[in-house]
Parts: sequence; C-alpha cells; structure tokens
Amino acid sequence: MQSNNRGQRRRGGIFLVALALVAGGLLAYIEDITRWRIADNEAAHRLRALRAVLPEGRYDNEPHLDMIEVLSPDLLGGKAPLPVYRARLGETPVAVVLTAIAPDGFSDEIRTLVGISADGYVIGVRVVAHSETPGLGDGIEIAKSDWILSFSDLKTDNPLAPAWVLRRDGGDFDHLSGATVTSRAVVNAVRNAVSYFNANSVELLANKPPADGLSTDSAPR
Amino acid sequence: MANPPRQSDTNPAPGIRPIFRAGLWHENPGLVQLLGLCPLLAVSNTLINGLGLGIATIFVMCTTNWLVSATRALTHHDLRLPTFVLMIATFVTVVELLFKAFLFDLHLALGIFLPLIVTNCVILGRAESFASRQPVVAAITDGFAHGTGFACVLIVLGGLRELIGYGTLFRNAEFLFGPVGASLQITLGDGSSGLLLAILPPGAFIGLAMLVALRQFIQQRSKHDPTGRDR
Repeated sequence: MQSNNRGQRRRGGIFLVALALVAGGLLAYIEDITRWRIADNEAAHRLRALRAVLPEGRYDNEPHLDMIEVLSPDLLGGKAPLPVYRARLGETPVAVVLTAIAPDGFSDEIRTLVGISADGYVIGVRVVAHSETPGLGDGIEIAKSDWILSFSDLKTDNPLAPAWVLRRDGGDFDHLSGATVTSRAVVNAVRNAVSYFNANSVELLANKPPADGLSTDSAPR
Repeated sequence: MANPPRQSDTNPAPGIRPIFRAGLWHENPGLVQLLGLCPLLAVSNTLINGLGLGIATIFVMCTTNWLVSATRALTHHDLRLPTFVLMIATFVTVVELLFKAFLFDLHLALGIFLPLIVTNCVILGRAESFASRQPVVAAITDGFAHGTGFACVLIVLGGLRELIGYGTLFRNAEFLFGPVGASLQITLGDGSSGLLLAILPPGAFIGLAMLVALRQFIQQRSKHDPTGRDR
C-alpha cells in the first residue's frame, strides 16, 4: 500500500470512490437478474403458509395475490395495516386468512395466520413468526407440537362463547405445559381475530378481487 | 504514523501447505483465534445451518482476499478499513442475493446471520494482516484456508449440537441440496427430543469450549509440539 504523500492519498481516495461506484453497479446488476427468482420464492413461501389454513381443493384462485390490507390495532394487533387473503371458487368467496398478531407473547409478538371459512368455521391457525422459548413456548409451531391444531374446525359463534379462553382461565383450550403465557397470548389473538371476522365478514368476503392482484386498502369498522 | 513496508517485496509469500496448516489448525479462526464467535455460536444449531453459513463465509473470504490483494497498490494505508469493509459488504450482499434466489429456505433459516458475515472479524482480519501484503494467489489460498477452518468448526459444532439436542444429523438437508437432500437425514429416536441445553445458547458456548480444549489436547499430545505452543 502506498502511504507516503498527498498525491498518493488522493489516489487512494479516488480509488475508494471508484470502488464504490463499481460495487454499486455490480450489486444493481445482480439484484436485477435475481429479482424475479426472489419474488417467486417469496410468493411460493407465502402461498405455502396460506395453504395450511385454507380448505384444500375448495378454492381455485391464488389467495396470496387476492389480498387487502386492514388496520385494527385492538383486535388484529400491530400498528400497521395487516394483510387479509381471500380464497374463492370462481366468484364465490370461500374463506379468508387474517393476519393476527399477539402482542403479549412471553418474549415478543407472535404473528399468526388465522383461516376462517365463509360459513363461520375456523379452518386452522398457524404461527409464522415468534421468539418464544425453545422447548417450551415454541410448541406453538406445528413442527414442534400439535397444540396449534386445537384451533382447527371450530365453529365461530357470533357473539363468541365465553369459553374461548384457556381451560385454566375457565374455558375450553388446554395450555402448553410450561408455557401458559405463550398459550394464552395465542388463544387471545385467535379469539380477537374471530371477533374481527364476525364484525366485518361482509366487507372481508364481499370485496371484488383486486383487478391487478395488488392490495387495496379497506377501511375497517 | 508508521508506514508498513511492502512485505511482498522483501519476504517471499508463504507456500500453499503452511497456509493450509495455519488456516485449518494452528490459526483456526474458531478454535484458536476465537474470531467470528457471534455467527459461530448462533448458527451452529444444526449441521446444515453451519454448513450453509460456512460456504457463504468461504466465498466471501476468497473473493475479498482476492480483491484486496489485487488492488493493494491502489489502496491508501489511511483508507484501508473503509476500502476493505466496502469490498466485504459488497461480496456479502452478492451472497445474500444468491441465497435468496437459489437457496431460499436456507436463507430463512440463517436469518440475520447471513448479512452479519460482514462483521465477522476473521474476514477483515485476514484482509488487513495478510491479503493486503501478499500476492493474489497466496491471498486467495489464505482466504480459502481460513474460511474452511471456520467452516469446519461450524460443521462439527453444528453436527454435535444437532445430534445431542435433536437426535438427528443432516436435518433440513433439502434446504441446501434440494428435494433429494431430504433422504439424507439420519434420525435416532423420534427426531425431536434430546438434551435441550445443546440447542440453546449455553450449549453452544459449552460445546465450543470443549472443542477448543480438544484441539489444545491434540496439539499438546502431538509429538511435533510437546510444549503445546503452536509454531
């Protein structure tokens, strides 16, 4: 390396600037040629997650593209609009998948997908992001235990029966052993998501599919 | 400020074999220099995760060392750190984009630790102390050797923690090898129960400490070095 006089220092500086320009160009190029592949991967990942909470074989659209965003910090959690995906058979809405965020997990927020059919059944729930304790709270993942299946095929009465709480809080749902706080957070989030659905099902199901596959904002009640 | 001389002019570059012996054993980044411990401990929960991050690290070390060495006449001493970090960050971003495009599930499993390769001290350390003073072939070899040394620790620690914590080996091999990889998994027991401690952070520290001790033990017992001090 040269390090002796001002001319060499200037040369080093010019080289750094030139390097930055070349690096920027290289990254722009690589990003460009991989963009479609990455978008495909992300869409496939989203679709895989949605499939788990939708009734198999009973819809024929692409639910990861038929998306609206709704804002409901009280019931669905979070501070920003959350995606709602719709499954249809032809023109008839079959089910919606709500994104529900539990703010009161043991470590941090727990992000879930709640699939609810148009005729008022919770099809299933899956946890997509969490920071709960490995070996204890992480039982909410389907890969770690079957606990999350306790939400499958449940009727969503309107208004919800008071039994939509943990058994140890007087309701119907067992908790994960050693993870009461985590279990309670998820049960609460699912209950709130169902309440939101019951209150807004007309809008959630009746919106025409977005014409170009992009999301449209829908004002919640 | 002292100006370092161009050592490649006065000292011959080390040969291939000493470079590999250094990178894999005597100066192993994970077991001797104890560099890059953050990704090492976080990502070594399964063998495949360790292998994936190891491959990414080797790629970044080889390309960074090549570029640092090839441009060493143009880099000013006072500007070397921003220059090297710029190069490292560029190559890491390339790797991240390639992983997102071709190894998406592995990219999800590695999470934030893939872009955090930029902060791995091994890479900046080798760039600054070796590649900036050596010709290109020696620099690339050094990057490959040290990267492989680091990757070996990732693989061994990952394999041990996965075996003790889950009772499996090559879990999620399809993340790296595609659908055919799913058949690689070896499972003892039911595949999800084991010593939980092994999967948690304390298990990573304990496992690494045992590997460091084992390496030291082997080194001391080696008849070439009865004093235990690596030459």
